[in-house]
Amino acid sequence: MSVPSVTRAPAATPGTPVRPQRTARTRRRVLGLVALLVLVVVACAASVAIGTRPLGLGTVWTALTDRSLRTEEAVIIWDLRVPRTALGLMVGASLGVAGALMQGHTRNPLGDPGLLGVTAGASFAVVLAIALLGVTTPSGYVWFAFAGALAGTVAVYVLGAAGRGGATPVTLALAGSTLSALLYALVRAVLVSDTDSLDAFRFWVVGALAGRGADIAWQVLPFIVAGLVLALLNAPALDLLGMGEDVARGLGQRVWLARTVGLVAITLLAGAATAACGPIAFLGLVVPHAVRTFTGPAHRWLVPCSALAGAVLLLTADVVGRVIARPGEVQVGIVLALLGGPFFIALVRRRKTTTL
Amino acid sequence: MTATADTIRETVPPEPGGRPAGRAVALRIGPASARFRWRSVVVPVVALVVVVLLGAVALGRGDYPIGVTDVLRTLAGAGEQSQRFIVLELRAPRVVVGVLVGLALGVAGALFQTFARNPLASPDILGITSGASVGAVVAIVVSGTSSAGAVLGGLGVPLAALAGALGAGLLLFLLAFRSGVDGYRLVLVGVAVSSIALAVVDWLLTRAAIYDAAAAYVWIVGSLNARTWDQAVPLALALAVLVPLALAAGRVLGVLQFGDDTARGLGVRLSAAQAAVVLVAVVLVAAAVSAAGPITFVALVVPQIAVRLAGGSRPPLLASGLIGAALVVVADLLTRTVLPQALPVGILTATVGAPYLLWLLVRGRRTTA
Repeated sequence: MSVPSVTRAPAATPGTPVRPQRTARTRRRVLGLVALLVLVVVACAASVAIGTRPLGLGTVWTALTDRSLRTEEAVIIWDLRVPRTALGLMVGASLGVAGALMQGHTRNPLGDPGLLGVTAGASFAVVLAIALLGVTTPSGYVWFAFAGALAGTVAVYVLGAAGRGGATPVTLALAGSTLSALLYALVRAVLVSDTDSLDAFRFWVVGALAGRGADIAWQVLPFIVAGLVLALLNAPALDLLGMGEDVARGLGQRVWLARTVGLVAITLLAGAATAACGPIAFLGLVVPHAVRTFTGPAHRWLVPCSALAGAVLLLTADVVGRVIARPGEVQVGIVLALLGGPFFIALVRRRKTTTL
Repeated sequence: MTATADTIRETVPPEPGGRPAGRAVALRIGPASARFRWRSVVVPVVALVVVVLLGAVALGRGDYPIGVTDVLRTLAGAGEQSQRFIVLELRAPRVVVGVLVGLALGVAGALFQTFARNPLASPDILGITSGASVGAVVAIVVSGTSSAGAVLGGLGVPLAALAGALGAGLLLFLLAFRSGVDGYRLVLVGVAVSSIALAVVDWLLTRAAIYDAAAAYVWIVGSLNARTWDQAVPLALALAVLVPLALAAGRVLGVLQFGDDTARGLGVRLSAAQAAVVLVAVVLVAAAVSAAGPITFVALVVPQIAVRLAGGSRPPLLASGLIGAALVVVADLLTRTVLPQALPVGILTATVGAPYLLWLLVRGRRTTA
């Protein structure tokens, strides 16, 4: 078996006389980018304006513009909804980009940041923190989850690279899924035998933005910014690598450098996102597939558009989760799967999905 | 009829993207001839022997150890009354269910991975086991509180799981079917189905009372505790039909690997063949899951172990099934004997199998996808 064969639409390379097609594609990409930017603004506004407690738009606006107000509404807006929106924006963008990079580097449509051992490592660390140290708050989990995510990725990379062929995308994916299976087994071993840990862990594992304050957003911000910068730098190299490592090397690309930068970016982004919110599985997988329908496989477009689309999707899911079960909430990870799943299936069925 | 059998040895060059194929042997009897590689024969035979030996050991081990010779005598119909009860009524169903579940998951995993041409395409990723989890968790958690739950609860957890797995598998098939089942589309649709099902499971777990959640969690992990002939016999009957079908489908799979157009050109009725492969694999998984819960990892990794041991360009079906059986029986044996605390077998399959595959990966020269 092999990774799905890469059938590439004839790329509009510079110098070939395919001008009309090229401009049409560029126009579609620019339109898509603008539409995504508008959607991000709309989603942010909705996330600030809509919540468990109904506030009029006027109240929201005065609270936002007049910082001297210390009414109850202003506190809700500034202390709860704005940090939550900011965190949703960051986490959504991180996961979207991490997914795009992961699929590009492994050239596997199932490429998901979780494959590198990020989620499994974080889960394992959080379970240990709960069971051994008695940590039970989201802000207590952050550093454990982040450390676990980093350790998981490093272990996957070392194992994947240890074979004689070095770290090929396929060995990485296999090492990642195998190590994840091992770590999840250990997580389950703890949870099956300790009901108290299960009680805390079952609320972490669904992935939620609720109860995460501004402190968590500030803690993960530097990692997410660094990851996004590295990802944008990595995107042109990924387009070269897509032609095969030999071709890329012939064109002057330092393959190991590009791979390392990509892996570091994925780890930072997915690790920080998981640390902040718990595992949100579906986003990193779906967003690049959806975005590829209008950007095509070119990563210099795919990566930024995935960031925007990821943010839109996460914020939308979060808002929906606040509305559908008033006065309670449905966690964003669950809404995301329930909304995103059917949408994704429709997308896969309707179009010929653009292969990687 | 003159039957002259002669064997011709030849060295087969490594297949593109595949493992070095090793020595091949051509067997000719009159006009009929067959060509096979030694390793593709030796590996299943060795695996079968291992499964039988492990089964015999597993029948003897437990709180009341019985020697292997006594086990064999009991199986032959002799032996003491008490030993007969322990071996035939308490331990045999458990071992039989373990062997059959491993067999089913290994074969199904190999079918899916070959069909989708993706080493990550396992029933866990495609949502079939997650569908089973939804059925079972609904039956466990909400059986008292809603009418749908009461219906499922009345069916009992195994049947609810079977219904969930078949439902998810059918949904997967219908949604992925569009004038044929493309492997790429199957995988993507499967991921979506799986995510939806897992979200429902996680949500139900957060809503449940903690003791219900704990009970459901044990089921989700996959366990062979307290299995009786009531689970073993239906599973055996199902596999007696399904495994031959899977092996027959495996012959078509080799052709499907060349791509849709080539397969069509070689005379394969494409959508019928694809539908057969997917449906057989789905029903195999559903049968296994309803008997023992979603024992993860077997379907994902056993085919990868098998292809590394047996060589070739795709996971061999029979070898995958037998290695899966061996893995489940070993894991169950360890849970009952070595560990101080009885853990469900689903935890041990990964703990035993994962390091082995990692070792194969580290040692391997090239990897087969």
